Amino acid sequence: MREQQRPVLSARGLVKTYGAVVAIDGVDLDLYAGEVLAVIGDNGAGKSTLIKCLTGAEVPDVGTIRVDGNEVRFRRPQDAQEVGIETVYQQLSLAPALDIASNVFLGRERRRPGILGSVFRMLDHAGMRKEAAEKVDSLGIRTLQDITQVVETLSGGQRQAVAVARATAFGSRVVVLDEPTAALGVRETSQVLDVIRELKARGLGVILISHNMPNVFEVADRIQIQRLGRRAGVITPESHTPAEAVAIMTGAVTVDDEEETGDEA
Amino acid sequence: MTHTVQQTAAEAFRSRPLTPLQRVQRVLHRHPAISPLVVLIGAVIVFALINDRFLQPANLSLILQQVSIIGALAVGQTLIVLTAGIDLSVGAIMIFVAMVMGTLAGEAGVPGVLAFLVGMVVGALAGLLNGVLVSVWKLPPFIVTLGTLGIFTALALLMSGGRAIRGDQLGGFLTWTSTTFAVGPFQLTVGVVLVLVLYAVGAYALSQTAWGRHVYAVGDDPAAARLAGIRTTRVLLSVYITAGVIFALSAWVLIGRVGAATTNSAVDANLDSITAVVIGGTSLFGGRGGLIGTLIGALIVGVFRNGLALARVDVLWQTLAIGVLIIAAVSLDQWIRRAGAQR
Ligand SMILES: Nc1ncnc2c1ncn2[C@@H]1O[C@H](COP(=O)(O)OP(=O)(O)OP(=O)(O)O)[C@@H](O)[C@H]1O
Ligand SMILES: [Mg+2]
Repeated sequence: MREQQRPVLSARGLVKTYGAVVAIDGVDLDLYAGEVLAVIGDNGAGKSTLIKCLTGAEVPDVGTIRVDGNEVRFRRPQDAQEVGIETVYQQLSLAPALDIASNVFLGRERRRPGILGSVFRMLDHAGMRKEAAEKVDSLGIRTLQDITQVVETLSGGQRQAVAVARATAFGSRVVVLDEPTAALGVRETSQVLDVIRELKARGLGVILISHNMPNVFEVADRIQIQRLGRRAGVITPESHTPAEAVAIMTGAVTVDDEEETGDEA
Repeated sequence: MTHTVQQTAAEAFRSRPLTPLQRVQRVLHRHPAISPLVVLIGAVIVFALINDRFLQPANLSLILQQVSIIGALAVGQTLIVLTAGIDLSVGAIMIFVAMVMGTLAGEAGVPGVLAFLVGMVVGALAGLLNGVLVSVWKLPPFIVTLGTLGIFTALALLMSGGRAIRGDQLGGFLTWTSTTFAVGPFQLTVGVVLVLVLYAVGAYALSQTAWGRHVYAVGDDPAAARLAGIRTTRVLLSVYITAGVIFALSAWVLIGRVGAATTNSAVDANLDSITAVVIGGTSLFGGRGGLIGTLIGALIVGVFRNGLALARVDVLWQTLAIGVLIIAAVSLDQWIRRAGAQR
């Protein structure tokens, strides 16, 4: 089925080094529209580095990235955002001193209609607050009532919810989530999984990085396993059990990386 | 299914009870202009009780004129401090621009308006120089502006050769800022009004425009701002250039206030502008504070100097009082910041 389809986001041979540290060492990745691709791996396996390269937060040393088949060179996160790729980074890109609404709309603020917006550049505070409240509400974080609350005063999980709300609100092609549920309670986690399924239903591609195997096996269509900066294999929840996935992750078992493809330009 | 209505651990933590002191801390954390306002009102009451001349309109008008230069510089300084920077060259840029305007109009015979416009461009370029060194070359703002402080001070002295250019040589436009007019019982100058307009425009830009949000975000956490899709280098450059233009406008106010273009006035302006910003509750760590606080901070400096002088307190004691104020303001800022750290 996938063979005829073109990936919405694909990477070939990505390398990123930090001085002597090789974070990722020639990684390939394919993400199709309407699927959830989970990326798993031990701490330091290069998952975050991989998605930073895919989303413009880092520029890979070597390798190519294609969006809908067209090669792109992202130099900053804004470049990726402009083609509809939104990301929740592991270290959360929120401004602590700004309120929730400002953070949801950070970098793409909405202006008032008419002369107030065009000449006086006035922000549509009320409109942004209303919309931000809807986005955050849809994640069902019960304790988040005041959209004008400063992010600094939020708990870790609430901040994570704000970051997820922002990414899901603006992603139009791909949403990348780097451990989005790490600080979330059980109920909030299942809300985020619902949102992921909703994005998938809307035809977006979703990359989910998580250490939570039950979550991964519940929501993912395919699972890419990273090990020591390389892709150790791509499996599906049907083809492998969580225990087998962990065995591949730790190197106890090796699989043929059946998706090992040449450059399918 | 027995667990469905239980709180998660994060929610329980969030709803823990707060002590009254923590509540105060939170309020100040959200509204950093409150504490300087309390200080300003307290100071006004005390000085009014000590000397009944203090509250007279003539004296209040004088205070406004006295703080106009520092107040103007502090607008640009606030923008820079909000980005977690600091500018030690503000006074030097202002005096340099004043000498450029003065030399062009007073000695080269250039029309005042043209001399003014050239001065504005020079101010913008001076800001651009600081901005490129800070945002593109990534040098620490303290060191960059320490360097440009020396550069612009020397350039201004080289240009003036130690001479002052008198107001009557400068023409009507450059000294227009000294024009006084009455508003009720108060005597305002064009310079004072210009400074108030700077505050109004600046406060609007910071609170109502996307640029303002970005300035706060970049000062708060530059890495996060970049990941959120903000062009951080561009924001920093725009801040330093805007500040340079504001310092050039300050030069116009200075020429009006002193009645001449000279290198001998406002030599303390660098540190006084930082004082106003800090007392006004803007955090030197960036991302928190604003122009309303700075306006109050500048007024506090003016009120203290004026009130202590009226009370016949020695100038050295005035300086000491301002010094104590700075340390109190920074201590308060640290305490308020802990509200963020404890969450
Ligand atoms: N900015 C950096 N500077 C230097 N080394 C880095 C940097 N970022 C990542 N690394 C290194 O790259 C390697 C991969 O890190 P990365 O953050 O991608 O791992 P990860 O798979 O996301 O781990 P985790 O599960 O803990 O989030 C690690 O060895 C790390 O030390
Ligand atoms: Mg990571």
